[in-house]
Amino acid sequence: MTTQSISIELPKPAPLLSAKGWTAFLLALTMVCAVAPALNLWVPEDSALHLSDYMLGLLGKFMCYAICALAIDLIWGYTGILSLGHGLFFALGGYVMGMYLMREAAGPDALPAFMGFLDWKELPWHWALSGSFAATVLLVFLVPGLIGGLFGYFAFRSRIKGVYFSIITQALTYAAMLLFFRNETGFGGNNGFTGFRTLLGYSVNSKAMHVLLFALSGLALLGCFLFSRWLMRSKYGRVLQAVRDAESRTMFCGYNPLPYKLSIWVISAMMCGLAGALYVPQVGIINPSEMSVGNSIEMAVWTAVGGRASLVGPIIGAFAVNGGKSWLTVAAPEYWLYVLGALFIVVTLFMPGGLIRLPQQLRQWREKRKAQVKAPLNQAAAAGAKTTAEPASADALEGVRA
Amino acid sequence: MTPDLMQEGEQRLASYQQREAALRTESGGRNASLARPVVAGEVDVTHGRILYLEDVHVSFDGFKAINGLSLDIAPGELRCIIGPNGAGKTTMMDIITGKTRLDSGTVFFGSTIDLLRYKEPEIAAMGIGRKFQKPTVFEQLSVFENLELALKTHKGIASSMLFKLSGAQKDRIAEVLHTIHLAGSVTRQAGLLSHGQKQWLEIGMLLVQEPKLLLLDEPVAGMTDEETVRTAELFLTLKGKHSLMVVEHDMSFIDTISEKVTVLCDGSVLAEGTLAEVQADERVIEVYLGR
Repeated sequence: MTTQSISIELPKPAPLLSAKGWTAFLLALTMVCAVAPALNLWVPEDSALHLSDYMLGLLGKFMCYAICALAIDLIWGYTGILSLGHGLFFALGGYVMGMYLMREAAGPDALPAFMGFLDWKELPWHWALSGSFAATVLLVFLVPGLIGGLFGYFAFRSRIKGVYFSIITQALTYAAMLLFFRNETGFGGNNGFTGFRTLLGYSVNSKAMHVLLFALSGLALLGCFLFSRWLMRSKYGRVLQAVRDAESRTMFCGYNPLPYKLSIWVISAMMCGLAGALYVPQVGIINPSEMSVGNSIEMAVWTAVGGRASLVGPIIGAFAVNGGKSWLTVAAPEYWLYVLGALFIVVTLFMPGGLIRLPQQLRQWREKRKAQVKAPLNQAAAAGAKTTAEPASADALEGVRA
Repeated sequence: MTPDLMQEGEQRLASYQQREAALRTESGGRNASLARPVVAGEVDVTHGRILYLEDVHVSFDGFKAINGLSLDIAPGELRCIIGPNGAGKTTMMDIITGKTRLDSGTVFFGSTIDLLRYKEPEIAAMGIGRKFQKPTVFEQLSVFENLELALKTHKGIASSMLFKLSGAQKDRIAEVLHTIHLAGSVTRQAGLLSHGQKQWLEIGMLLVQEPKLLLLDEPVAGMTDEETVRTAELFLTLKGKHSLMVVEHDMSFIDTISEKVTVLCDGSVLAEGTLAEVQADERVIEVYLGR
């Protein structure tokens, strides 16, 4: 072994976003904050460029869904832990926001209407902080974070993995749904919360508020994207991938997987909570069906369709699947669930990389196809190519060894 | 400065060095731990043993995988472990690295660290590196990223999020890349490497951790002859700086690298000595041929 003084060109850390990436990011930012609001508010309704209130609301919802897809991607795509219970965190964020909106709708001294029906005289303890907007914003992150953290700590400490973990998350969200359905838990039971009037004193039903919530959702999505990108390109993100691919090796490298899994799990839960909190004032209702098992599975489908372990993929997936859902539930409502199921199967079997890697997959497929078509036509040439290819690869090996 | 002061200084230095040299011998005797405070997590090898197993017993559902195993390894030693299948070689490594719990026995790293009290990541951080039988590298990451992850540094989440390679760490990675002959495939995805290259990458990942003790489970399995020769060279250069424990079946490989061989059978030590000695041992011949 000679100690060569030739220094090796080590790869430099990737930038947060490439120049192209920043351009796209800023473009998206102006679309969300300026173009879409302007098209909705100031372009006359009969113009082709007008963005209808319906479309604005729909896109706002989709952006909240995209945050969820991103959150699931962090825990599933990068860390390899499939959660089928993220609907719980989404709903928890939504409920925290809903509690605040209910208090505001009821007025400063009155109880929310549904408590009147139950003949309650005073606020239950868990409503104590719901009067303050600042506390609400904090709790939107803290409640999903704490509940997720507690659950995650025990699950990851017991080294629960794979399908067992997924099933437990399903059970968790289902149990929470049953709990929230009950009237005496103080979450409005079956009906949940609705009939919101104002947010910080401004009407939630005004056009300006819709646009504001839309823009906030967009900012939250872009913010979450940038944060995820920062996380995943740091060594932290690579440790998560290492945990996904070879957990025991990661341990023998001196990493304790528990804090890593737990932290990304909590971050993911918090992102879902934020999405839920932005979603509720836009749709004007939150009820326990948001925690249903199907909803959480659908979130995982968005991520799978878009492409796991890529940050843009899940966002595309959330828009594509929900766009399809909005269209199909109008065109042929009874078929949507079949389509969703078929989509999941097709993606898992034929497009493991999701939509985002489809062009690459098609290119490879076409090349393979081309090679197959050529082969029978000119076998001699193919054989010749093979013999020339072999020395080439041998050379490459030599190069490595040298 | 007057000449006698210089002289006296030289004398003092010489006697100090002599004393230090005396302490560094096989065992420091009664001076061994004199005025050496026990530092948590730091291995103390002044007694001349880096790894010490005594009367270790492990059973799985009644099957005695390890049965009264006693073994010790000196700092800088390269020890080969051989033995028929099921002799407990891999289980022994599992015990040392904290993966398997004992029924009874003692396992010490140096003279002060009781390994039974620590978990896998802690043991790895103290300086015991392990290479698995089947090469396990992070297949989705590049060669460089694999080494970067394994680097000896703080392994908490906050320090990982803010981690930046220092110049010295870059040099270390570059040096190891040369050592393991992977300087030409720095950005290559680890999953695309050949089997032998993966084995080397895994050894490289151990080296950047700067371990004091390396446990290598069949390091040359699946390597070409040329790769095996290079691996032997590599191990001989590591000997002295690190202590190595190598489990292998390839006798010619063991012949090139080893000075002392331990034969395990049915969970305990059957024979110990040079390869020639153990190969001449009646009992060893019996367990290898008698089955």
